[in-house]
Amino acid sequence: MTGTVPLNAYLILSAALFAIGVIGVLIRRNALIIFMAIELMLNAVNLSFVAFSRFLASMDGQIIVFFVMAVAAAEVALGLAIIIALYRNKESVNVDEINLLRG
Amino acid sequence: MIWLIPIIPLVGSLVVGLMGRRMRRSVVAIIACGSALLALLLSLDAFTRLLSLPPEGRLLRQSIGPWIASGDFSVAFGFLLDPLSAIMALVVSGVGFLIHVYSIGYMAEDRDYNRFFSLLNLFLAEMLVLVLADNYLLLFVGWEGVGLCSYLLIGFWFERPAAASAGTKAFLVNRIGDAAVVVGLIWMVFAFGSLDFQIVFTRAPAAFLHGSVAATVLSLLLFAGATGKSAQLPLYVWLPDAMEGPTPVSALIHAATMVTAGVYLIARSAPLFHLAPVSLEIVAWVGGLTAFYAASIALVQTDIKRVIAYSTISQLGYMFLGLGVGAYAAGIFHLMTHAFFKALLFLAAGSVIHSLAGEQDVRKMGGLRTSLRVTAGSFLIGALANAGIVPFAGFWSKDEILFAAYASGHRVLWVLGVLTAAGTGFYMFRLYFLAFEGKSRLDPHVTGHLHEAPWSMRLPLVLLALGAATVGFVGVPPESGPFHRFLDSVFPVSAHEGGPTAPASGVGLAVASLAMALVGIAIAFRYCLQDPRRAEALAARYPTLYRTLLHKYWVDELYEHGVVRPIVSVARSLSASFDARVVDGSVNGIAALAGRAGGLLRRLQTGHVPAYVLSILVGVVVLLGYLAFLG
Repeated sequence: MTGTVPLNAYLILSAALFAIGVIGVLIRRNALIIFMAIELMLNAVNLSFVAFSRFLASMDGQIIVFFVMAVAAAEVALGLAIIIALYRNKESVNVDEINLLRG
Repeated sequence: MIWLIPIIPLVGSLVVGLMGRRMRRSVVAIIACGSALLALLLSLDAFTRLLSLPPEGRLLRQSIGPWIASGDFSVAFGFLLDPLSAIMALVVSGVGFLIHVYSIGYMAEDRDYNRFFSLLNLFLAEMLVLVLADNYLLLFVGWEGVGLCSYLLIGFWFERPAAASAGTKAFLVNRIGDAAVVVGLIWMVFAFGSLDFQIVFTRAPAAFLHGSVAATVLSLLLFAGATGKSAQLPLYVWLPDAMEGPTPVSALIHAATMVTAGVYLIARSAPLFHLAPVSLEIVAWVGGLTAFYAASIALVQTDIKRVIAYSTISQLGYMFLGLGVGAYAAGIFHLMTHAFFKALLFLAAGSVIHSLAGEQDVRKMGGLRTSLRVTAGSFLIGALANAGIVPFAGFWSKDEILFAAYASGHRVLWVLGVLTAAGTGFYMFRLYFLAFEGKSRLDPHVTGHLHEAPWSMRLPLVLLALGAATVGFVGVPPESGPFHRFLDSVFPVSAHEGGPTAPASGVGLAVASLAMALVGIAIAFRYCLQDPRRAEALAARYPTLYRTLLHKYWVDELYEHGVVRPIVSVARSLSASFDARVVDGSVNGIAALAGRAGGLLRRLQTGHVPAYVLSILVGVVVLLGYLAFLG
């Protein structure tokens, strides 16, 4: 147990990363960048999981992180495929131009 | 094994109805008649078991499980066998079986052979449920079931518009009476907390005072149902039209069994009616008036089946007269003898119609006795029994009813009954003379077709003729024969128990009504056989009376103009105004409201992904904030 870095530091870093991710999703227009921002949010959460796991001396958090990474990998595969399909159809990955679901 | 009695014909009905199309006709007939025969044998077995019990304890109950159970209220699929239901079950399954056999020959050339037998079996099952039920609700199931079968069988040849509309008429007229029964049953649930016969009858004297208005109204509600089902004034109009159905149906449903369900209902509810002398009085008067009224119409009708139909209404009137004056056993006795001789008359008429290729007008018959010997003989026995000639069945039962009416002080009703007896003698023998005696008035093309019916039709005729001739003896001597002793335990002591009338006056009364019946027959002989021109002259002398009777007092027209058309026109205007504007309007309005609300809400769906993400984020923040600080 090194104990030199307090839990709060990890959580603040995690929150900051998550906030950056959220802002990225909200303000960027390029679907690819939004996708990366989502990954950032996921990994921010992973970070806090690992930190809690270490702090509580429990393996549960780490196991969940593995799940998250596996799901994220699957999601990347799907998401990239969607973006490619979108680009082939619309010649664009700008989310402002993608509004087929408008009521 | 009481519950098996109705179940077997039900199974037969399902087998024949669902798979009969692919079966040979003989197989269909064997299954249908076999299930009727099994029901008859089981009824006989139940009857003998009942006989082996001591007279006070003749009551078997059996439940095949609960049906409705809700709080304190419960109804079971329960069956009850007491002397009354045993007699009814025997009559229904016995006459029913013979008519099944008769139908083999009568319907041989019909293309819907299996549909007919399926419905006939279904009817038998429903009728047995009706008479064997141990509570009013199950009785009502049978009651509606036989009504449904009646509708389906009257309209059996539904391609004929007359048959289809006759079926509808029967169904609708019966609805009026049935609605009253439903109200009565609901009232019973509130008043007695149960629909079980035994519980109702034990609780009724405590809940209702003797002669109270409540008892009167409740029993009249049941009687209203009986007037519909048993074709009494003023709801009798459907029965003559019901003759559009095949003749075995007329014999089974509209003469022997279903139309007596009303009589059974009143006899079964005797303890309730016992509390309401006014209701009994009304029952007696409705019965007596119907008997006379229907007999007067039967005097001049020319359709052989319709005359017998009016005769049925008239005889049912006698039964109600008997019940109304407190002679329940006599009413049931007449029900039983009537089942034999009226089924016989219908089947004999059916045999005539069958051999004349569908001819039903007695003016185009005549002289059939030489070619249709069995039919003519059995029709004659049926006519004698119906006219109440000693010693045939109808004499014993009808005379007992008339005697009871006289002894209980209903002299006017007695006079009506005796006049009806004269009319009965006349119209029965008018039919007999016109159809079977005298010169032939057949259409030439029918004469070659003339043939006696096949054995399957002759056998039931002979058996029923035997019954019609002899079944009256179970009620001899009057009022204390085996029949009455058997039924004794079921009915309360007569409400009108007057002083004992000397047997001598009973004989005198019997002679009086017998003499009237013979006078009727003599008039029929003089006017219809000796010299038919006299009948025409008589009709010409009283044209108004003749036309009134011929047009059945214009009651159908009266109902058409007084009831049916107003209801139809009110319904039309309601459908044009209230239905189109208010009902449709509110439904359309709600739909339009939903549409407009949707139009407003669709603006939220921008299709802009970041906006969605933002709203999800805001939602999550609000939710987390709530959980963290307020939850």
